[in-house]
Amino acid sequence: MHSFGYRANALFTFAVTILGFMCALASFTDSFNSPSPSVQVLKVNWFQKQPNGNDEVSMTLNISADLQSLFTWNTKQVFVFLAAEYVTPKHVLNQISLWDAIIQEKENAKFTITTSNKYRFIDQGSNLRGKEFNLTLHWHVMPKTGKMLADKVVLPGYRLPAEYR
Amino acid sequence: MGFVGDTVDSIKSLQIRQVLTQGVSLGMIVTSALIIWKALMCITGSESPVVVVLSGSMEPGFKRGDILFLHMSKDPIRTGEIVVFNVDGREIPIVHRVIKVHERGDTGEVDVLTKGDNNYGDDRLLYAHGQLWLQRHHIMGRAVGFLPYVGWVTIIMTEKPIIKYILIGALGLLVITSKE
Repeated sequence: MHSFGYRANALFTFAVTILGFMCALASFTDSFNSPSPSVQVLKVNWFQKQPNGNDEVSMTLNISADLQSLFTWNTKQVFVFLAAEYVTPKHVLNQISLWDAIIQEKENAKFTITTSNKYRFIDQGSNLRGKEFNLTLHWHVMPKTGKMLADKVVLPGYRLPAEYR
Repeated sequence: MGFVGDTVDSIKSLQIRQVLTQGVSLGMIVTSALIIWKALMCITGSESPVVVVLSGSMEPGFKRGDILFLHMSKDPIRTGEIVVFNVDGREIPIVHRVIKVHERGDTGEVDVLTKGDNNYGDDRLLYAHGQLWLQRHHIMGRAVGFLPYVGWVTIIMTEKPIIKYILIGALGLLVITSKE
């Protein structure tokens, strides 16, 4: 009952339980302010209807944001992506991710980047002419251990050209 | 002769009782584990509340050997969520991020495209032949939390089943031979 093996076992179980508990608690110590990003559509590169009938647009974007406040001791990486959101007659919501990046260091979390869309902006249908859309910057904080947190900022008021080009 | 017979009988009955007791204890341990697993399935609403990350397609966020905790709610699926899905005809579930969503207004059905963070292209190569989108019924849960490294035990036991047998044999031996 009081052998070394018995005591070692009890100690080990206790230590592992405490460790698990601390890992769960680790998520609750994260707190942050809301970053305020800005995104501009510098240029619409081209805008066409594909042979299968779906509209596609390619654009060059300028994205700048400061996500440094999201980084804590428990942050492993921040996954940031920019999604275009719009409504069409048949689809009550369409979300297309246009660009994403993985930020692993706090210094890299304040950035400005000019890029064309990484993923193709293709509609299901031919609804994009003159379409109003929001650009939402999402960020997803992945911790070293524990619960993941996600948040976003919606930037409304963008509009696609009225005609193909 | 009668005295010897009595002693032998009493020893035999003691041993049988001990073996039976320990068999029942072992059964209880296994059943409790099963009960906890099924309860987790009910609470999280997912067929498989805990999965092990098997590939490096979500690095550096999730590495091979991490454990993911899943939760499935009726909330609509949105871009950025990390979902676990099964492709028809393949039994190993895949954990990737949603990058495109098209939700129909009339039926509420949704077309979803996923991609691993560390992959160059989207998952259309992984879907079934001719399949371009995932639907809700393919998705088993969303990843809500994770623990690093703990899943290596499962990976080792799957890839080298001999270790599984050795472990179970050793555990069984321990239970049977313990005097308590």
